[in-house]
Amino acid sequence: MSSNAPVIQLKNVSKTFGEVRSLSEVNLEIYPGEIVGLLGDNGAGKSTLVKTIMGFHKPDEGGEIWFKGEKITDWSVAKARDLGIETIYQERALCELQPIWRNMFMGREIKNKIGRLDVKKMKSEATRLMSEHMGFTSTAVHPDNAVLTMSGGEKQGVAITRALYFDAELVILDEPTVGLSLSETKKTLDFVQNIKKSGRSAIFIDHNIFHIYPAVDRMIVLDRGKVAGNYKKSEITMDELIESMYRVARTGSIKE
Amino acid sequence: MSEKTESKAKNNAARPPSFWRRFGMQFGIWGVGIAMWLVFVVTASEAFTSKDIYLAFASSTPLFALMAIPLTLIVITGEIDLSFPSVMALATATFAKIYSGTGNIWLGFLGALIVGTLAGYFNGWLVTYFAIPSLVITIGTGFLFRGIELAWMNGTGVGLTDKELSGVANLLVGRSFFGIANQFWWAVVATIILWFVLNRTQFGAHVFLTGDNKTSAQLMGVNVSRVKRRTFAIMGFFAAFAGLVASFEVSYFWPTLGEGLLMNSIASVFLGGTSVFGGIGTVTGTFVGSFIIGAINAGIVASGINAFYTQVFFGLVIILSVIMQAVISKRIKR
Repeated sequence: MSSNAPVIQLKNVSKTFGEVRSLSEVNLEIYPGEIVGLLGDNGAGKSTLVKTIMGFHKPDEGGEIWFKGEKITDWSVAKARDLGIETIYQERALCELQPIWRNMFMGREIKNKIGRLDVKKMKSEATRLMSEHMGFTSTAVHPDNAVLTMSGGEKQGVAITRALYFDAELVILDEPTVGLSLSETKKTLDFVQNIKKSGRSAIFIDHNIFHIYPAVDRMIVLDRGKVAGNYKKSEITMDELIESMYRVARTGSIKE
Repeated sequence: MSEKTESKAKNNAARPPSFWRRFGMQFGIWGVGIAMWLVFVVTASEAFTSKDIYLAFASSTPLFALMAIPLTLIVITGEIDLSFPSVMALATATFAKIYSGTGNIWLGFLGALIVGTLAGYFNGWLVTYFAIPSLVITIGTGFLFRGIELAWMNGTGVGLTDKELSGVANLLVGRSFFGIANQFWWAVVATIILWFVLNRTQFGAHVFLTGDNKTSAQLMGVNVSRVKRRTFAIMGFFAAFAGLVASFEVSYFWPTLGEGLLMNSIASVFLGGTSVFGGIGTVTGTFVGSFIIGAINAGIVASGINAFYTQVFFGLVIILSVIMQAVISKRIKR
């Protein structure tokens, strides 16, 4: 296992739902400390790709997922999270009737040796994280409050803090700024920068190129389930990128 | 919702949810219970001020409370089980057969619990593997389990009056502490155990998450199918236990065992504040709810009202409690 091995690597990953091929022989790798922007129109397969990386969807026969230079065969959400991949989903993936603490530790509850949940610790950690990392102090942000009483930004705060808490090696952000206010968006973009500073990797998905371009090192353009382009930031200006996005949308091909 | 947080944000120290928000539902249940009790104390003061009627509750209510309590977990995950009365009978038939074949009481006991658990697990497997609504598939398995039991027993009952059985009978349904039936204590034990399971284990946390938002839970790595299968298996285990309790209570195993207990159990769960939409519920609420249901039956008769009105009263209490649930949960959201 070399330190230069990609954190995550997909080899020939396809995903078919019935007749629809959402992903078609996708190859991609994310290196340590790298922030990669994933661009593409609606229906390009971005969310499917994320859910495949997370183990929620199982890739079609022949697709391989490698983690740090090792091929993983029994890929699942629990496994992906154990290895240190966390995702902030577009749809937030919260259980809104449940209190904040239960959401924050969803799927990875804190327990003692004999398996008894440490509810007290989960509540105090939830409070600490929400105020320290996200600066949330409003009345709705008490660990016992149900998530549905919170504002959109606060809900997003729970999802982000959750990804942060588990010290992920790779954080995937699937359109994290949708429905957020200006200051909440800035907070989210700062969060992406913090991931980079701490030497971890991220995949950043957003419709807004003006959010993506400044934040990332590399950009992958996805079109109709295929990787249509792969640019280092040094290779392309924002205007050229926008131009090529239009071209892809029109012709399905990145080249002129 | 965001404007509201904005306006409140002036003195914005994090505050816990208000007492009403947290315990409103529980208050509602206890309120219904106490109000009903007062009505009965007034209308049937003779019966409701003597201890006999309470001792009668303690012996009859646990027969369905023992199943309503584990059923709470299934309802929280957003499913339902309608086959548990048949599981009661099938498991008790297993006990009767093993006991008459080997003479070993504890082997029979163990066999009954295993058959009950497996029957429950089978329900859970059908529901999760084929993604069939549990409301439909457990009607099917209910007939299946009942049919197997009837064919196996050839439709005949078995007396449970052997001298050798008096020990286990005493343990399950004997009388202790001022004549309180042991099954009452078993219901208390079941409540305590399942409270712990639901609120202090990872499995319990996943029960809530599964019923609240299945997709979110799956995205965060919760194995919702496994959670559901386990809740059904727990249900089967307790149905087997309740079957033995109910049979030893009358010292006879009737092949029709369990009939008439289905509605009482389901009503107890909903009256106890467990959400019909899943994601919310307490076993303590169900425990109280089942005693309210038990009291309605006895109270109507003791009040001198024509027993035909039992069902009217019964229906009203359930409808009102579900409406109350909907109203309270709306207020919590606002």
